[in-house]
Amino acid sequence: MSLIVGIVAFVGFLVAGIVYKLYRSQWFWGIVAIILLLSANLIKDPGYLSITYSEATGRLVGNLVDILRWSAPIMLIAVGMVLVIATRGIDLSVGSSMVAGGAAAMQFLSVVKTPDSVSGAAIAVLLAILTGAAIGAINGLLVTYVGLQPFITTLVMMMAGRGIAKVITGGQNTAADSAPFKWLVNGTVLGFPVVILIALAIVTALALFVRRTAFGLVVESVGINPSASWMAGIRPNGILLTVYILSGVLAAIGGVFAVGSVMVVDISGTGYQSELDAILAVVVGGTSLAGGKFSIRGAVVGALLIATLDKTVLFLGISGAATPAFKAVVIVLLCLLQSQRVRNLFTQRRAAATADPAAAPKASVAA
Amino acid sequence: MSTVTPDAPAVATTPKATQTWWRGVVRTLTTNPSTLPTLASLVIFVGMLIYGELAYGKILQYSTISNLFINNAHIIIIAAGMTMVIVTGGIDLSVGAIVALSSVAGVMLANAGLNPWLAVGVMVLIGSVFGLFSGVLIQYFNVQPFIATLSAMFLARGLAAILSTDAEKLDKDSPIRLLGAKIKLIDGPKVNDLEITAGVILAFLVIVLAFYLMHRTRTGRTAYAIGGSEPSAILMGLPVHRTKLWLYVISGTLAGMAAVVYTARIGVGQNITGDGWEMQAIAATVIGGTLLTGGAGYVLGSVVGSLVLGLMIVLITRDGTVPPEWTTIITGGILLAFVLLQRAVTAARRN
Amino acid sequence: MEDSAVIEDANGPVVEMRGISISFPGVKALDNVDFRLLPGEVHTLMGENGAGKSTLIKALTGVYRIDSGTIVVNGAEVQFHGTADAQRAGISTVYQEVNLCTNLSIGENVMLGHEVRGALGVNWKATHAAAAEVLAGMGLGDLDTRKPLSTLSIAMQQLVALSRAMVIDSTVLILDEPTSSLDAHEVEALFGVIRRLRDSGVAILFVSHFLDQVYAISDRLTVLRNGQYIGEYPTAELPRNELISLMIGKDLEALAELGSNRRSARRSEDAVPLLSARGIGKRGSVRPTDLDIHAGEILGFAGLLGSGRTELARLLYGADKADSGTIEIKGKPVSLHSPISGLTTGIAYSTENRRDEGIVGDLSVQENLILAVQAERGWLRPLPSRQAGEIVGKYVAELNVRPPDPDRLVKNLSGGNQQKVLLGRWLATHPELLILDEPTRGIDVGAKAEIQESVAQLAEAGTAVIFISSELEEVVRMCDRIIVMKDREKIAEFDAGPEVTVELIVDTIASHQAGDPAQPSEEGGAVA
Repeated sequence: MSLIVGIVAFVGFLVAGIVYKLYRSQWFWGIVAIILLLSANLIKDPGYLSITYSEATGRLVGNLVDILRWSAPIMLIAVGMVLVIATRGIDLSVGSSMVAGGAAAMQFLSVVKTPDSVSGAAIAVLLAILTGAAIGAINGLLVTYVGLQPFITTLVMMMAGRGIAKVITGGQNTAADSAPFKWLVNGTVLGFPVVILIALAIVTALALFVRRTAFGLVVESVGINPSASWMAGIRPNGILLTVYILSGVLAAIGGVFAVGSVMVVDISGTGYQSELDAILAVVVGGTSLAGGKFSIRGAVVGALLIATLDKTVLFLGISGAATPAFKAVVIVLLCLLQSQRVRNLFTQRRAAATADPAAAPKASVAA
Repeated sequence: MSTVTPDAPAVATTPKATQTWWRGVVRTLTTNPSTLPTLASLVIFVGMLIYGELAYGKILQYSTISNLFINNAHIIIIAAGMTMVIVTGGIDLSVGAIVALSSVAGVMLANAGLNPWLAVGVMVLIGSVFGLFSGVLIQYFNVQPFIATLSAMFLARGLAAILSTDAEKLDKDSPIRLLGAKIKLIDGPKVNDLEITAGVILAFLVIVLAFYLMHRTRTGRTAYAIGGSEPSAILMGLPVHRTKLWLYVISGTLAGMAAVVYTARIGVGQNITGDGWEMQAIAATVIGGTLLTGGAGYVLGSVVGSLVLGLMIVLITRDGTVPPEWTTIITGGILLAFVLLQRAVTAARRN
Repeated sequence: MEDSAVIEDANGPVVEMRGISISFPGVKALDNVDFRLLPGEVHTLMGENGAGKSTLIKALTGVYRIDSGTIVVNGAEVQFHGTADAQRAGISTVYQEVNLCTNLSIGENVMLGHEVRGALGVNWKATHAAAAEVLAGMGLGDLDTRKPLSTLSIAMQQLVALSRAMVIDSTVLILDEPTSSLDAHEVEALFGVIRRLRDSGVAILFVSHFLDQVYAISDRLTVLRNGQYIGEYPTAELPRNELISLMIGKDLEALAELGSNRRSARRSEDAVPLLSARGIGKRGSVRPTDLDIHAGEILGFAGLLGSGRTELARLLYGADKADSGTIEIKGKPVSLHSPISGLTTGIAYSTENRRDEGIVGDLSVQENLILAVQAERGWLRPLPSRQAGEIVGKYVAELNVRPPDPDRLVKNLSGGNQQKVLLGRWLATHPELLILDEPTRGIDVGAKAEIQESVAQLAEAGTAVIFISSELEEVVRMCDRIIVMKDREKIAEFDAGPEVTVELIVDTIASHQAGDPAQPSEEGGAVA
């Protein structure tokens, strides 16, 4: 079974490579991969793509619905991550923001007197968002005003964030019950899972914000050429602070989704290795890890791809343990593809003894 | 210079050689400002020991000191490799994941009947391979060190998960466990003995070799030069690319060794082992006085840093009032504090 | 001038380069260049920006591969594949920026890569002793080699870099702009060492744009221009003015004819200048300078490479913060501490480093054009697309950006069109003072003329312009007033007139000695 999937994928990617050269859309690969995965599932079960409406529960039922639901938290962290990466940064703490946010919500719901009230649920969500914002703010302040490198800052917050979650719950996997909260994550509106509606709404709002204000332009400018941006009058601090806080907030909301589906926060497990998914979604979506031009749409496609991949692996009976390794390999391959050396292979540019005269160490004044 | 008089009790003589050596040490300490942070960490460590003894008692005794070394031998080994990599201005985030993969693979191989020493060799080799992987990505494909080693980390953990997600227990009578068995050096009263393990001996050897590499070879000087200014090092004709590659291979190999030491002592290998060890190693390195930006730092400092972290855990446990959940926060906070301090000092020095 | 101590070819030249050509995408950096270096001489490579000096040196030191031609070192033809090869052939280089590792000690830096090894690894005692010996040979015997390099001044670090060459017994020593950061005393100390090395038979290739120093230390000169070999001359036989005219490619008579057509009478009569700077300076970068500029005036900054023109301009914009002095705009003091403060005060600055500080390559023409305007508005208030479209349409047309495609990525435009886009970016902010740093460098003739035309029109419309260019002819032709800079200070100021010629400026630079007072501005120009 896995062999067939493998062969289909391989051939598919070859074909995709050729077609890509023609279309050059950033997230083309992602869509192609999704189609391939769904096709593999169809081979096993021709009825895979069917969606039915269940009169009894008023929900849409089907594999595609499951994939969409599963992709909601991934979508949020991916979009947060893409903005951070665009500024030449990285946020390794997204998983910890997820668990810290989820812990805050669960802990609140477990101690508050009226967990079933709408206001109770709302406050729980708000607390989660504030926790994520706090972690993001710490990251942002350290990167902008102190000038620490993003990877070390967010690495520390990755560890400390999970510690904060443990402190919030006292080390326990706090469970709670709250009907409105549960509805938020498990409910449906007109059959559609609320989760995906919320995620899409947030992502759309963000995309509009990014493109309708000059935020996206300024982020790209700073990521592509920080010196030129500075000389053009752009001040980077506010921008960087914003993207890190956004990343933390989005991750915390993702955490709410993650804990809400089972109404318990898993202190060790929630959000574990989520940064892997987020980074993969970003690179699959066409954004370079070196920063600069970014694509929110691409990140969304990347998130859908990851969700499809996770579900496909389950569906085809392959051990889920293999997926992180597979995802890691894909990240490495895409990194290589993005690297200068490989790109030179494709564009046949002639290199001097050093790769590029402009890149040679500035040893003397311009001739 | 004092001399021993025949009828006085043997007083330590101070022959010329010792005096010159001492003068050399003093000179190194006074002329080279980058030794100060390492000295500071030593002072902190001694301070913690004294505080612990006064506050909780039973710190300055054989068993506690023994356990400090035994329980942190694996971190010392990883920190040594991390120091070397950080000195060149890079980072290795994959060490914890390498330990996971190594330990799971090693235990499974040993339990499956492979010659235990071959299994140990495989464990170390896995580390070397991943080190090479990261090194090649960084050197030949110009991927940034944190991305390259982050990918290696994901890959190693992923492979570990493929091998097994359960706790793989090493056979009770596997010879590998010998490496973790305690050897009594001094038999003190009751259980207060000075003990070490083969792991501690290995850590000691690693430190000696690392010190030699960094301070007595051209490769070591090249590493410091790269950290000071990589373009300058290239222009000076130093073998920059080869050196960086080797250092990542060494870091990976040491992670493999740490896996051996840890697995031998605990007797279990699991895919979630080593979680957070890269941060501990970075913290140990930074506490020990190595600049995160590269160019300065001592392996011996990282040893002190590892012991500081280990002692901190002991003190926290002994104190009892701080819940264990706080340890990662505290470690992270200390790391940040030291990095901030480094930045402040470098900024001040520049003015 | 130097007494010739040239040992004419007892054994022939140490280095002989014939017919060297090197091309990069879009530009031929060296075109059939010859060069030879004899033992026991100081030979200076002369040429302006883009002449090819740096490229030739990088070919000799193994940084670049040559496309055609031969390099013969010590009688044997060589092909270098990297810097280590060149070092093995006995060629050492000391660069403008001290390329040492300041985190290591003096002795370690001297011996890096050649430490003395024993049975137990590197023998530090012997290594430091060897370093001390080498340093003593250069007159630096009293340095404590165990102290960190950072404890030394830049000048001393430069000498330490020099001593590395002696560790490996170099036969060729290349000094690339070694005096840029040194004061007069330190330069003399360096020259003492250089002379000692020369007398011991080392062949020294010296690169500098400081004419006085070149004349003080060199035995022979080779001139390059636009990647081509102009000639090789004994220093004693080439007067300064002739040298400069060879470098910039105009003969002396033609220089005299290129007088200025502009009249400084254009200056508006009100006494308050648009920008008035008093004592503006920055340690290590620009000496305290006074400057006035009026609306509608084109003020030129003339000077050779390294004279401090860009540094001064950056202070006037806010790209760098001044250590001393004040700036007043229309009589009111302002604080310029960042580019955005310059922009909001009505100043715009177009950098000379188009690639690193100018264009944002992966963004489109439109995005690059509106970038500064957008920065002024803040990112929360996006430019309405109609307004953006107007800006784009206006400047693409006015400046004749080719191809006129607002969505094309700027990195895919030619240099000239990139410069026009940058110009458009600054013009879109409607500045009262526009500072242009080398706006026509590396641009084809047609685009050059278009840009010059635009500048003239701007001034006509009332904008004040500071025009910085290494092409003196351009400066003379375009500007109402010219300030001349040398060695990071203003040494003269002229109002335009027919007597203000390129030759005049060249003379001013050539004859100014360090310590001379700055020439006051006079109608028709004054000269020492």
